[in-house]
Amino acid sequence: MKILVPIKRVVDYNVKVRVKADGTGVDLANVKMSMNPFDEIAIEEAVRLREAGIATEVIAVSCGLAACQETLRTAMAIGADRAILVESDVDLQPLAVAKLIKAVAAKEQPQMVIFGKQAIDDDANQTGQMFAALTGWPQATFASKVVVANGMATVTREIDGGAETLEFKLPVVVTTDLRLNEPRYATLPNIMKAKKKQLDTLKPADLGVDVTPRLTTLKVMDPPKRGAGVKVADVKELVAKLKNEAKVI
Amino acid sequence: MTQLLVIAEHDNASLKAATLNTVAAAQKIGGEIHVLVAGSGCASVAAAAAKIAGVAKIKLADAAHYADQTAENVAALVVSQAAGYSHILAAATGPGKNMLPRVAALLDVAQISEITAVESQDTFVRPTYAGNAMATVKSADAVKVITVRTTGFDPAAGEGGSAAIEPIAAAADLGLTKLIGREITKSARPELGAAKVIVSGGRGLGSGEKYHQVLEPLADKFNAALGASRAAVDAGFVPNDYQVGQTGKIVAPQLYFAIGISGAIQHLAGMKDSKVIVAINKDEDAPIFQVADYGLVADLFQAVPELVAELG
Ligand SMILES: Cc1cc2nc3c(=O)[nH]c(=O)nc-3n(C[C@H](O)[C@H](O)[C@H](O)COP(=O)(O)OP(=O)(O)OC[C@H]3O[C@@H](n4cnc5c(N)ncnc54)[C@H](O)[C@@H]3O)c2cc1C
Repeated sequence: MKILVPIKRVVDYNVKVRVKADGTGVDLANVKMSMNPFDEIAIEEAVRLREAGIATEVIAVSCGLAACQETLRTAMAIGADRAILVESDVDLQPLAVAKLIKAVAAKEQPQMVIFGKQAIDDDANQTGQMFAALTGWPQATFASKVVVANGMATVTREIDGGAETLEFKLPVVVTTDLRLNEPRYATLPNIMKAKKKQLDTLKPADLGVDVTPRLTTLKVMDPPKRGAGVKVADVKELVAKLKNEAKVI
Repeated sequence: MTQLLVIAEHDNASLKAATLNTVAAAQKIGGEIHVLVAGSGCASVAAAAAKIAGVAKIKLADAAHYADQTAENVAALVVSQAAGYSHILAAATGPGKNMLPRVAALLDVAQISEITAVESQDTFVRPTYAGNAMATVKSADAVKVITVRTTGFDPAAGEGGSAAIEPIAAAADLGLTKLIGREITKSARPELGAAKVIVSGGRGLGSGEKYHQVLEPLADKFNAALGASRAAVDAGFVPNDYQVGQTGKIVAPQLYFAIGISGAIQHLAGMKDSKVIVAINKDEDAPIFQVADYGLVADLFQAVPELVAELG
């Protein structure tokens, strides 16, 4: 079976973003960009399924700027076999991306699509579920374990009170949580090999998808700042402050 | 008049508190509020929802195939009920995050995730970049599909209402998924989302054994919930549902203890709206001290037992 893995290029998780003074967005000039960490976990899971002989091919797909090619090369260095870029400089929102991935899936006919559960820039946590709804596939979100055998997937997923295990007929949508696996580092030889792997580029219009944004960002502001706190000398002072100053005990 | 539909969160027996925060967000938007209860044998949930102040009607879909509240079946039901509603809301908790984007996609509208404030009927504030950039977004869609960050809205009163309960027909069972089992973490403590006091531990605790040995007595003093950083969960000290942060649970208790937690932005994203934050860390430069109201630079293995003793 083929596995499709949609990936997003985002601000690196180590960067503390800065809101622009004019309130139009965050400052992305000279900021380090990386693959969304949950998507790295998704690629790793797909590659492991191929290494285990369950998947036959892993295809990474990204929707966005031409610069996403770099992110797709990283995916191929981790082990994806080939990649597809749906190139657009429009602000692609989750619904539009779900439609683009659906159109790609219609061509590629994967039996599984593994998304990251959320992108760490917009923190939306929507695209996998939206793709599942549009295709009518079942969804296994926030997955911490995926087992595929006999045309069935058994997925353990993180829920608010613990975990649950569900069984699905393929094809299925999986979205990754942090505990699913620990992605490998791309080695230098694999980075070199990835440069020669196939990367096709399409446009949303080639796929017949209208990607017009539905949400307009009116302004972006800093979150409310917490007043500076104090360091206490010892436990006694801490308890006294909690009692007399904060009045929480 | 505008009509809004709130999806109740429940376990077939009781209504979850997050529903009250979601209703509060709906009240801020304004209009006639209906609450949808989808479950199996969940009459008691509908009765509880009917008492929420400010709710006009409860729609109750009671059918065997809603027992596990799978996203596929519940979303199909919500879509079948969607006509006439300008807003459809659910809490931004596990079930809501799982299910509601399906509703949005099936209605061909955007979802506005995790709103923390309402500016008008079509304009909302939501955190992005781990809460480091608050975006005000305006929706151009006919129906606004919204998840609500519970910490952004004080709960609506759970008593005082007397909404009518209207049974509605179930949608077809899609039969797409089968639940094999659930492992619910057993605890006599309050849920993280509902606790007034939270005691959270990080990698500094060193092991699961020490996590419990050191933190349980402190949590006992306050009937507190226990939380954790990602590092503590990844290391297996505690189950995944303890994780507080950008990609775990978002909490805002009266009092939050961060013990042996460095204060990475992903952790801060989940707790920095707490009323009072106490940090205990042996590294005086740990970023957690930048958000802590009270910081104690100390070895936690000494300071925490001392604190327990001092609290008496
Ligand atoms: C995609 C992504 C999502 C993430 N989501 C989350 C999330 O939701 N929540 C989250 O928490 N993290 C999240 N993280 C991880 C985050 O970046 C940090 O790695 C994590 O929060 C660190 O946990 P920690 O503070 O326990 O560990 P560390 O950073 O290792 O800190 C341990 C602290 O303990 C202190 N310490 C050690 N021993 C003692 C002692 N004896 N006494 C006192 N202090 C001591 C140290 O000084 C140190 O400050 C995410 C990361 C990524 C990439």
